[in-house]
Amino acid sequence: MIALLAFYLFATLTIASAVLVIFARNPVHSVLWLILGFFNAAGLMLLTGAEFIAMLLVIVYVGAVAVLFLFVVMMLDIDFSQLRSGFNRNLPFGLLIALVLLSEIVIAISAYSAGPAFAHASGAPPANALPNIEALGAMLYGQYLLPFELAGLILLVAMIGAIVLTHRSRGDARPQKVARQIRRRPEDAVKMAKPAVGEGVSL
Amino acid sequence: MIGLAHYLTVAAILFVIGVLGIFLNRRNVILMLMCIELLLLAVNINLVAFSAYLGDLKGQVFAMFVLTVAAAEAAIGLAIMVIFFRRRGTIAIDAADQMRG
Repeated sequence: MIALLAFYLFATLTIASAVLVIFARNPVHSVLWLILGFFNAAGLMLLTGAEFIAMLLVIVYVGAVAVLFLFVVMMLDIDFSQLRSGFNRNLPFGLLIALVLLSEIVIAISAYSAGPAFAHASGAPPANALPNIEALGAMLYGQYLLPFELAGLILLVAMIGAIVLTHRSRGDARPQKVARQIRRRPEDAVKMAKPAVGEGVSL
Repeated sequence: MIGLAHYLTVAAILFVIGVLGIFLNRRNVILMLMCIELLLLAVNINLVAFSAYLGDLKGQVFAMFVLTVAAAEAAIGLAIMVIFFRRRGTIAIDAADQMRG
C-alpha cells in the first residue's frame, strides 16, 4: 500500500516537474525543477530496489550536473525573454510530434502486453541474495571491467575537453617563470657591501 | 500492485515531455540540454524497471553507463555553449549559422 502511494507520489512529481522544466519562464527555475524531477526519479528507482543507481542519480545529477547548469545559467548574461520568441510558433508542431511519439509508445506497450512475441524470463529474483551495491560492484569489476574503465576514460576526456574549450589566457596574466627562477644564482642577485661608519651605502 | 507497465508509462511520458521541450524551446540551448537530460532519465528509468522485472542486474550496469555519458555530454555541451556565448553574445541557436547548415 505504502509502496503504491510512494510510486504515485514520485511519478506525479517527476512528470509535473518535467513539464515545469520546459514551461518555466525563468531558466533558473527550470534548473530547480529539473533537480526536483531527478530527486523524484531517484525515489522511483529506489522503489524497484535499485539503490545504487538511485543514489548515483542524486549524487551525479543533483550534486554535479544540475549545479553545473545552474552555474552556467547564472554566469552568462543572457536575455531569455528574447530567446522565447519562437515558443508559440513552435507549439502546434511540437505538440503534434509529442502526440505522435506518445501514441506510438502506447501502441508498442499494448502490443507487447497483448501477446508474448517471445518468451521472456520469469521475474524471479537473482539467485544470489547479495545486496544491490555488492552485486553491482562484483559485476562492474568482473564481467564489465573494460566498459567500466572506458566510462572512466570518457569522463576524463570530457573533463579535459571542457577545460581546454573554456580556458582562455588573459593578456595581463603574470604566470610563474620556473626556468628563470631556477637559473637565478646568489651572485647575480646579492651584492655584498662593507660601508665605513657613517657613510651609508650607494646602490 | 506496481507493475512494469507503470514504470514504462512514467518513462514514456518523461521521454515525450523531453522531445516536446526540444521542439518548443528551439532557440534556448540550455533548455535543450536540460531536455536531453530528461530523455536520458527516461531511458534510465526504463533500464532500471526492466532490470527489476527480469531480475537481472545488467540493466542497472547499463543505466550507470548512460549516466556517465549523460554527465560527459552535459559538461562538453555547456563548455561549447560558454565559448559560443563569448564569441556571439547570445545562445540563440539560429545564431549558429556560420557553417550554413
